[in-house]
Amino acid sequence: MKRYSAFAIFREALRQHQGWTEAWPSPEPRDRYDVVIVGAGGHGLATAYYLGKNHGITNVAVIDKGWLGGGNTGRNTTIIRSNYLQDPSAAIYEKSRSLYETLSQDLNYNIMFSPRGVMMLAQTEHEKRGYLRTERANALQGVDTRFIGPAEVKKLVPIINLDGPRYPVLGALWQARAGTARHDAVAWGYARACSAMGMHVIEQCAVTGVESAGGQVTAVNTTRGTIGCGKLGIVVAGHSGKLADMAGFRLPVESVALQALVSEPIKPCIDVVVMANTVHGYMSQSDKGEMVIGGGADGYNNYTQRGSWHHIEETVRALCETFPMISRLKMLRQWGGIVDMTGDRSPIISKTPLEGCFINCGWGTGGFKAIPGSGWAMAELMAKGNAPLADAFSMYRFREGRFIDESVAAGVAH
Amino acid sequence: MLLLTCPHCGVTAEETEFAPGGEAHLKRFGPGSDDDAFEAYMFNRKNPMGVHFERWRHAYGCGKWFIAARCTVTLEVFGTYPAQTTEPPAGIVETIKAKRPEWEGYK
Ligand SMILES: Cc1cc2nc3c(=O)[nH]c(=O)nc-3n(C[C@H](O)[C@H](O)[C@H](O)COP(=O)(O)OP(=O)(O)OC[C@H]3O[C@@H](n4cnc5c(N)ncnc54)[C@H](O)[C@@H]3O)c2cc1C
Ligand SMILES: [Zn+2]
Repeated sequence: MKRYSAFAIFREALRQHQGWTEAWPSPEPRDRYDVVIVGAGGHGLATAYYLGKNHGITNVAVIDKGWLGGGNTGRNTTIIRSNYLQDPSAAIYEKSRSLYETLSQDLNYNIMFSPRGVMMLAQTEHEKRGYLRTERANALQGVDTRFIGPAEVKKLVPIINLDGPRYPVLGALWQARAGTARHDAVAWGYARACSAMGMHVIEQCAVTGVESAGGQVTAVNTTRGTIGCGKLGIVVAGHSGKLADMAGFRLPVESVALQALVSEPIKPCIDVVVMANTVHGYMSQSDKGEMVIGGGADGYNNYTQRGSWHHIEETVRALCETFPMISRLKMLRQWGGIVDMTGDRSPIISKTPLEGCFINCGWGTGGFKAIPGSGWAMAELMAKGNAPLADAFSMYRFREGRFIDESVAAGVAH
Repeated sequence: MLLLTCPHCGVTAEETEFAPGGEAHLKRFGPGSDDDAFEAYMFNRKNPMGVHFERWRHAYGCGKWFIAARCTVTLEVFGTYPAQTTEPPAGIVETIKAKRPEWEGYK
């Protein structure tokens, strides 16, 4: 595998771009690996990457039933921020955000991290008080965030309408170092870096069963044969319930569809991410000029990857109030992803009742931002048996009543 | 968009007229039950890919609770019935079995 560099582009330009090689190989599965990760979304791939990079474990396969990044990793609206309220969340999301800053260099793959700043509008007195509290909590946690007034909001986002009749903008929680990244590139970059360490990234290979002996995981059954493993990591987002069922345990997880849409491309007019949680919508502009728009999740379990029209209507209505100039934009595409929601809306990075089997799930509507940090913590947990960043996110917290209550802090998809 | 029929007032309407209430027929264990039972009741869910029994409320209609049997993959609704029951009525189970021979049955 050749390194990407400015020199390589120059060299290839001189020879009609004939010398580029495949970004990563597509190997046949071996009989056995030290570690098998199910799910080649961002979290699964990042877990494999940090197993190799931080812990020297490289006899690893990452297997996926579809194509690389075809799950939520390639379907999300790419908001990256870390200004959460609770300490365990702030710790892992901030670790993640800081890893994103240098991820392109680390992976030798341009993931287009754009720290353009994310603002969450306060449109009721309650929301304002909530964000002031988060601002103080973040100061103690070492997360750089600030509550700003309406005038500063308007300066940062000239196209915003501050005095909506029902929900005027009272200010915003502003994280200047937050931003976006290119979602596919995150999956591709990790896959390439994993392959470069000798790991196998195996697509079109669905896991259909989990084998164990004496309470210890031994292998997975797949559509391409049985693959033995020393340790197993389940990292399949919306399909976690199914995989847990194969491994013989139940999860506090429900799967629902979350959707997003993009408009026709227009000239640059907004260079930050704006989230309006009270009215339920958020928007940013992609490098191609499309408005990237998201809103609420379905209220009932489903695996349809579609979404519902009334959510689009609600989201678009809210955003037309907030940004009147978008009211005549045409929408180009709409899609859905199946997100895994836990009882307290915080993720699970945990050992499981099956020895040697670990699970990473429950990122729900907001796990793109967490990919590097989650992979970092999950790799440490799988390699050493415990990880400080993952401690609080054990699946046993529900039985013990130690919830990480973030739904109050962020009552919207993000 | 889902279309649901309220078994109480007979109205068929779009999902926006109803409020979803999560998995149905959860068993709540009494005083003295252990943490595992309480966790199972509070948090652990079947979350199946396929037949799902779930609670709905006719929020902008008669206001009453009922249960819908629905496929989580195709969104097909097999039927609805009042909430005052601890397991799916035989008629609904038959309907589902006819349409989904591979279904493992209600457990
Ligand atoms: C519309 C939308 C908008 C979002 N917006 C944001 C946002 O702005 N910011 C943010 O931080 N997060 C956002 N999210 C959430 C984020 O996308 C997810 O939390 C994150 O991508 C989850 O990554 P993952 O690797 O866990 O899962 P996925 O990327 O879904 O990967 C799981 C993989 O497991 C595979 N798999 C499943 N079953 C099997 C099997 N049996 N065998 C083999 N493989 C299997 C799937 O094919 C899939 O590729 C959004 C999500 C959606 C749907
Ligand atoms: Zn009714």
